[in-house]
Amino acid sequence: MEGAGPDGALLLGAILLLALSGVPGLFARKGGSGGERLAAILTSAASVAGLVPAVRILFFGAGFRMEFPSPLPGGKVLLAADPLSALFLLPVFLVPALGAVYGLGYWPEAGHLRDGRKLRFFMGLLAASMAVVLIARSGVGFLVAWEVMALAAFFAATTEDRQPAVREAGWIYLVATHAGTLGLFGMTALLGATTGSFAWEAPASGIAATGSAHVVFLLALLGFGAKAGLFPFHFWLPGAHAGAPSHVSAVMSGVMLKVGLYGLLRVTSLYGAPPAWWGGLVLVLGATSALYGATLAAGQGDIKRLLAYSSIENVGIAATGIGVALLGRAAARPEWIALGLGGALLHVLFHSLFKPLLFLGAGAVLHGTGTREMDLMGGLLKRMPKTGAAFAIGCAAVVALPPLNGFFSEFVVYLGLLRAFSGPGELLLAGFAAPALALAGGVALAAFVKLFGVVFLGNPRSEKAAHAHEPGLSMRVPMLLLAGACLVAGLLSPLLVPAIDRATGAWAGRSPGGAMPLSSAAPIASVAIWGAAFGAFLALAAAAAALLLRRRSLSRGPTWDCGYARPTARMQYTGSSFGEWIAFRLTPRVATSPLEERLPEGIFPRGARVSAPAPARDPVLLRFLEPLAAKWARRFSGLHALQEGRLTFYLVYVLGTLVALLAWSVLRGWFPLP
Amino acid sequence: MTHPVDILLVVVILLNFLVLGTPALRLTIRGAAVQGAILAVLPLLVHRGFGWRVVAIAFATMAIKGLLIPGLLEKAMRDIHIRHEVEPYVGFVPSLFLCAVGTGLAILFAGNLPLAPEHVGTLLVPASLATLLSGFLVLTTRRKAISQVVGYLILENGIFIFGQLLIEAMPFLVEAGVLLDLFVGIFIMGIVINHIRQEFSSLDTELLSELKD
Repeated sequence: MEGAGPDGALLLGAILLLALSGVPGLFARKGGSGGERLAAILTSAASVAGLVPAVRILFFGAGFRMEFPSPLPGGKVLLAADPLSALFLLPVFLVPALGAVYGLGYWPEAGHLRDGRKLRFFMGLLAASMAVVLIARSGVGFLVAWEVMALAAFFAATTEDRQPAVREAGWIYLVATHAGTLGLFGMTALLGATTGSFAWEAPASGIAATGSAHVVFLLALLGFGAKAGLFPFHFWLPGAHAGAPSHVSAVMSGVMLKVGLYGLLRVTSLYGAPPAWWGGLVLVLGATSALYGATLAAGQGDIKRLLAYSSIENVGIAATGIGVALLGRAAARPEWIALGLGGALLHVLFHSLFKPLLFLGAGAVLHGTGTREMDLMGGLLKRMPKTGAAFAIGCAAVVALPPLNGFFSEFVVYLGLLRAFSGPGELLLAGFAAPALALAGGVALAAFVKLFGVVFLGNPRSEKAAHAHEPGLSMRVPMLLLAGACLVAGLLSPLLVPAIDRATGAWAGRSPGGAMPLSSAAPIASVAIWGAAFGAFLALAAAAAALLLRRRSLSRGPTWDCGYARPTARMQYTGSSFGEWIAFRLTPRVATSPLEERLPEGIFPRGARVSAPAPARDPVLLRFLEPLAAKWARRFSGLHALQEGRLTFYLVYVLGTLVALLAWSVLRGWFPLP
Repeated sequence: MTHPVDILLVVVILLNFLVLGTPALRLTIRGAAVQGAILAVLPLLVHRGFGWRVVAIAFATMAIKGLLIPGLLEKAMRDIHIRHEVEPYVGFVPSLFLCAVGTGLAILFAGNLPLAPEHVGTLLVPASLATLLSGFLVLTTRRKAISQVVGYLILENGIFIFGQLLIEAMPFLVEAGVLLDLFVGIFIMGIVINHIRQEFSSLDTELLSELKD
């Protein structure tokens, strides 16, 4: 072990504490609150202990590097953290701690005797393994941590495994993640064959991106893309995120998806000048994910599925930025690197603030109403004002309204696309990606207007919504913290710029052109000042309006009253009707399920109805993967005869193989091959 | 056939035939036990030096393979009152024939394996392969769970003989590992047998195939 330093020691201690946070609870009395409180305290302590070295490495420190001898094949285990790792470590230490505190109210041990302890154990393990993934720098150690992360997420997401939908989503996730892991195994082996060791370290000029490097990149894109939820590999994501307990969804969406993006960045950082098609492919997949995620989000009826599709959109935005940065390295354009990667990293950070906020808010709604179906809700802002306010901030941030944080990161990504398109050596591809992102942004705005309007505004559409209640303090505090962070993080983004520059430098250090500071590529500071001014103006206007209204007498009536004698909740726009124009006009036909309608007939029509069932599964899964899997299952059904289920037969197979191998060795002795 | 090791190995091979050819369950257990006991002596003869490791292996093998496991199996036989006949899928004469073919093949194979010069003349490798194949035969052709345990035991005996080639190269750990593996395996099988009996009141493994999905 060499050069751990105080940062490394603190970081490893924090990771160990995270991993063990759920363990005491396993031995605590069932139904007692000691275990869960201890888990929340340990996770919070670990977060504080982990954030300190992460921030130090990100802003000042040189990072650390440790080597452990290992009996495993692949040689030593290498742990190291540079600013790029440290940047991704921030959400790893922030979100799970908030989730653990939130879990005290959301998943209390007292009400969840069967699965509460299991959930807390795997939450801790998930957070710890994500942190190890971010600092592992050798193939075998990385893969072990990666697999622990995937399995911990599987067990945490299938906490409610008594529900068939949760089980099915869990299996789909498990298949997807293992298909990705298979790609990573291939990638690690190829990379090891290229560099001669399993340590992910490259010479200062980087590995030459030739020959097998292209395969390494494609396998990395498969493995890490599947984890990040990039477009064709995203199919596991909506089901798994919707079925998981909300604070697990928050961690998976807010943090685990980013670990996939980190992997892609880490591997591409090893190469000197990646060919242009790498960046082009990432750019196209990113823009497609953004558009696809936003469009499908608008058609969802389940609040958590909507948020999950929005995560696909946001990962797509970040991937678009990464694509621009890769193209910048291919063309030796420091400006593209600074803007593309800077925007992507800012978006990674900011998305890990507002998406957990939204998932925690959705959990509070689920907790208060008992349903995830948006068309059964309505009017919750009056019943859950604090949750509603926090949720409104999250919605405004996710659709990138200034002056909230989402605006700043998307602004930088757009700037990168526009520079790549307009500057000398222009890139036609970026000219297509920018409008695609803009369209995605508009559709996402519609999706979140629908979400907030249907859930929180208007009148309750069901008994459940009418009796909704505000959650307890342990659930409100994490939401409040995240909402506050969303408000100020964007305005404070000039302070983050040095850290972003250091992370960009760590990523692009091996490319010929190097990187340039983000502040000289984008007017971050002036945007922040204008944003602050705009925010102050909004606050002033709100205060003035409140002051004016105080002088007048107000009468309160039901929403959508419109002077009807007997208004009913059924007169309101439903989520389905609001999202219909996107779900059926904008979305390609293959991605929708048909509208079920019985049209009015005759002069005095009766009993007409129309309903727009949201597809319960992702279109890629439904239209492409499931038919394909069924076809292959039929093709290989003959093999069932071999797997007969009788031990004796299996032993005969072993015996037959043994005899055949020995016979082959004899025959080879008799008839030597030329 | 001058070396005493080879004489013992011939006895081991003959015991394979005994186990495969007898209908009496008790006799198959005893046959495996005697085989185990002979194997316990083997390390002492193969290796000229009486290091403490060799002696320890010999004692452990004698205790586990010669006494403990056969004792457990006989106790199981008594406890659950099973019938004394082996019920094979394949008749006794065909099994003996297969065993003979297997032993012949083993000798043939052994001649073609790349061996260290000091092992070329001995029967170690042929006996090992023959015992391995016989163990497989017992495992695959016998119906009762206890006979299958015996088959497993004989299979491990074959591996043990092979291990004699390596005892100088491989540390004590490997031998100890094999013994532990064997013991745990049999232990678990014993538990499984007991549970099978409680659940199905029969030890016929064929009936278990109804459990598959």
